[in-house]
Amino acid sequence: MSTLPRAADMGLISCHVCRLVCRAVPDSEDTEVDNVCPRCGSALHRRKPGSYARTWALLLAAFMMYVPANLLPIMRTASLNDVDDNTILSGVMELWVNGSADLAVIVFVASIMVPMLKFLVLGTLLISSHRRTDWAQLQRAKLYRLVEFIGYWSMLDVFVVALLSALVRFNLLSRVEPLPGVIFFGLTVVLTMLASMSFDPRLIWDSRDSDD
Amino acid sequence: MTDENSNELGKPERDELPRPVVKRRRRFSASLIWLVPALAAVIGISLIINSELQAGPEITITFLTAEGLDAGKTPVKYKNVVIGKVNKITLSEDRSHVKVKVALEKNAKSFATQGTRFWVVRPRIGIGGISGIDTLLSGAFIGADVGDSQAPQEDFQGLETPPAVNHSAPGRSFVLHSDDLGSLDIGSPVYFRRIQVGRVVSYHLDQNGKGVSLQIFVDGPNDKFVTTSSRFWNASGVDVSLGADGLKLNTESLATVVAGGMAFQDPAGPHDSTPAGQDAQFQLFADQGTAMAPPDGTPHYIRMRFDKSMRGLDVNAPVEFLGVKIGNVVSVRLDYDEKAQSFPLIVGAVVYPERLGTAYDKLQALVKARGENPDMTLMMGRLVDHGLRAQARTGNLLTGQLYISMDFIKNAPKVAFDPNARPLMIPTTGGSFDKLQEQAADIVDKIDKIPFDAIGKNLNQTLAGLSATMKQVNGKTLPELDNTMKGVQKTVNTAGDALSGDSPLQQNLGTTLEEVQRTARSLRVLVDYLSDHPEALIRGRRPDAKSSPVATPAAPTNPPQQGSKP
Repeated sequence: MSTLPRAADMGLISCHVCRLVCRAVPDSEDTEVDNVCPRCGSALHRRKPGSYARTWALLLAAFMMYVPANLLPIMRTASLNDVDDNTILSGVMELWVNGSADLAVIVFVASIMVPMLKFLVLGTLLISSHRRTDWAQLQRAKLYRLVEFIGYWSMLDVFVVALLSALVRFNLLSRVEPLPGVIFFGLTVVLTMLASMSFDPRLIWDSRDSDD
Repeated sequence: MTDENSNELGKPERDELPRPVVKRRRRFSASLIWLVPALAAVIGISLIINSELQAGPEITITFLTAEGLDAGKTPVKYKNVVIGKVNKITLSEDRSHVKVKVALEKNAKSFATQGTRFWVVRPRIGIGGISGIDTLLSGAFIGADVGDSQAPQEDFQGLETPPAVNHSAPGRSFVLHSDDLGSLDIGSPVYFRRIQVGRVVSYHLDQNGKGVSLQIFVDGPNDKFVTTSSRFWNASGVDVSLGADGLKLNTESLATVVAGGMAFQDPAGPHDSTPAGQDAQFQLFADQGTAMAPPDGTPHYIRMRFDKSMRGLDVNAPVEFLGVKIGNVVSVRLDYDEKAQSFPLIVGAVVYPERLGTAYDKLQALVKARGENPDMTLMMGRLVDHGLRAQARTGNLLTGQLYISMDFIKNAPKVAFDPNARPLMIPTTGGSFDKLQEQAADIVDKIDKIPFDAIGKNLNQTLAGLSATMKQVNGKTLPELDNTMKGVQKTVNTAGDALSGDSPLQQNLGTTLEEVQRTARSLRVLVDYLSDHPEALIRGRRPDAKSSPVATPAAPTNPPQQGSKP
C-alpha cells in the first residue's frame, strides 16, 4: 500500500472541507500567510495542523474529566423513604444486583468501556503515528473509524440522566436529580469526540519509509 | 497576485487543477490548545482540594443496634441540618454492639468534641407521646446535640433513647433523691401549679444502692420558680383521700396517672425564695402532704417493750407524742424474757424530734442553757421522769389498727431509764384499751357479786304484803271516804250561800263600812285642825277659827279620794 503514489509526492493538496484537490504550494516561511481553498475558502493543509498536540491535549483533558466523572455521583434518585446518590459504577452494580443484567451491561459498556476504549485507541493511534511506524496500518485505520462511530453513543448516560430528571418529577413520591458527576462525564465525552476529530487519520499512513 | 502565484506553480503539468488562494489571516498558535487540559487539571485539582477542605473529622459512634442505619446514606443532623453522613457500619470485636463511622462535615468540626451526644432518631411511640414520625418516610437519622467542651473526641457512645433535653435549651437541671423510682421514667413531666414546666432527664441508682437519683430539667423561664426551699413530690397516679370533708380525688393530669410525673411548689409561709442553682439537690417526697410538712431533721431510733399482744400494730404505724405524729414504727419483733418466762414484743420506731416544732427548740435551748449535752437522751430521760410512757392505742375501732402514743401518765410508777442504752428504751404502759378491758372486767366481777337471787325473793314477799294491804283499802277505807266527801260538799254549799251578793250579811257589812268611813273623815278634820292649832287641845276651839272650817273644806276635798279606796 505504501507503494501507492501520494498527493504530497504529486504536489497535490486536498481541501478538508469540500475535498477539492488543488495544486500544492510549498509552505511559505511567513506564518501569517495561509493557503485557502479556492472553492470554499477554508484553509488548506497537507495534514491537519498541530494534530498531535491538539489530540493529545484534548485526550488528556478528557481523561482528567473522566476521573471525577466516575468518582462523583451522577444521579440522585429519591423515593418516598429513600434517597440514593449513584455514581456510574454504583448504578451499574445496582442494576446488576437488582437483576437487570442486560441493562447493566449496556450502561457499563456505554459509560465505562467506551470512554476507556477511546482513550486507549486514540493513545495507541497517536503514539504509533507519531513514531511513523507502518505497523498494522489498516487495522489502525479501522480502529479510528470505530472510535469515530462509537463516539456519539457514549453520551448515553448523559441522555439517561437528562431524560429521567426531566420525566421523573413526582415531588415526594419519586424524584431524579442530576448531580455534578454527569457534567464531568459529558465533558469527557465531548472532549474525546473533539480529540478524535482533531486527529488526522492520514497520519496513520505517514510511515517513515513512505516519508523518505 | 493569486493568478501569478497559481500560474507559477500550476504551469508545469496539470493546468486543470485549481491553485490554492493565498490569504493573509490571523492564526491562533497551536499550543493554545494546551489550555484545555490545563483548565481540566485546574478543575480536577480544585475538586480534590475542595473535597479535602470539605472533609471534616471522622468519628465513631457505638450503638447497640444499627437498625435503620444505612452506610453511605443515613445523615447526621443537628436541629434538622445535615452535619455529616454515616460512612461505614461495622460490628465491634466482641459483636456486642455496632460501630458507626460518621464523616462529619467541615463546619461540623465542633461536634467532634467531648460531651456531644448522638442518638438514632426513629419513630417512637411511648406513653408520653409519639416522636420521630417524619422518619417513617425519610428513614432514620442520627441526631446530635453538642456539649460545652472544646476537647476533641473521636469515639462516642451513642444514646439508645433521645435525650430529653437539648444542651442549648434554656432552663436548669436539678437532682432529686428518692427512695425509689416509683412510676417515673425518662421524660416524665414535672409540674408547677399543674403546668408542665420540665421533665425527667435521667435517673440512676445511688452508689450505695439505697436510693435513686433523678435528674430533671425545668425549662426556662419557669426554672426561676424552683427555689432553694422548693419541695418536690411524686405526683404519679391518683391520690384518693377520705377526709372530714368527704372523698377527695386528686391528680395532676391524666398523663401522670399513666406515665407518672412529679410536681414542686414552695412551702406556705415565709421561706427563702432565692432561685436554686444549677444541679441543686432536692428530696423527692412521696406525696404532697409529706413534701409540704416541715423538715424532719435527724431521725432517732427508739425501742419499746410491750408485754402484751400487739395485734394490729403494723410497721409504719404512726408514733404520736401528745397527738402530734413524730415518727413511724419500723419493726415489731418478738423477744423472750428468761426471768419472767414471757414473750415481750420489742417495737422499734424512728422518731423525728424536730417535728415537735417550737417545743423541741425550746427544750433544746433549755438543755443548752443548763450546759448539758443537747442530745435527745437526757431530754428523754427527764421526760420519762415526768411520767412519759409509750402506749399502744387503738387508732381505728373497725380494723383494730394500733398506733404508739407517748403521753404523760399521772402517777406512773417510777422506772429506771438508762440514758446510755442504744437504742433508747422508752418505758411503756398498758394501752388505754387494755385498761378499759380491765376495768370492764372489774365491773363485771362486782356485778357478779350482787345477790340477785335473794333480792328477788325479798322483793316477791314485799309485793305479796302490798297486795293484801291494797285489798283492805279497797274493801273498807274507800266507802267511808265517799261519805266524808259528801259531808264536805254540804258544808261548802252553805258557805257559798252566805257569801253571795244579795245576802243580809253582805249588806250589813256595806253599811258598817260606810259608817267607818264617815268616822275616819271627821277624825281627819280633827287631826288637821289640831296640827294647825295645837293649842286648841288645851285652850279649846277659838271663835276666830271660823275661817278654818271654811278653809278646811279644801282639805276634805282630798278625803273622797282617799275614801274612795274601800
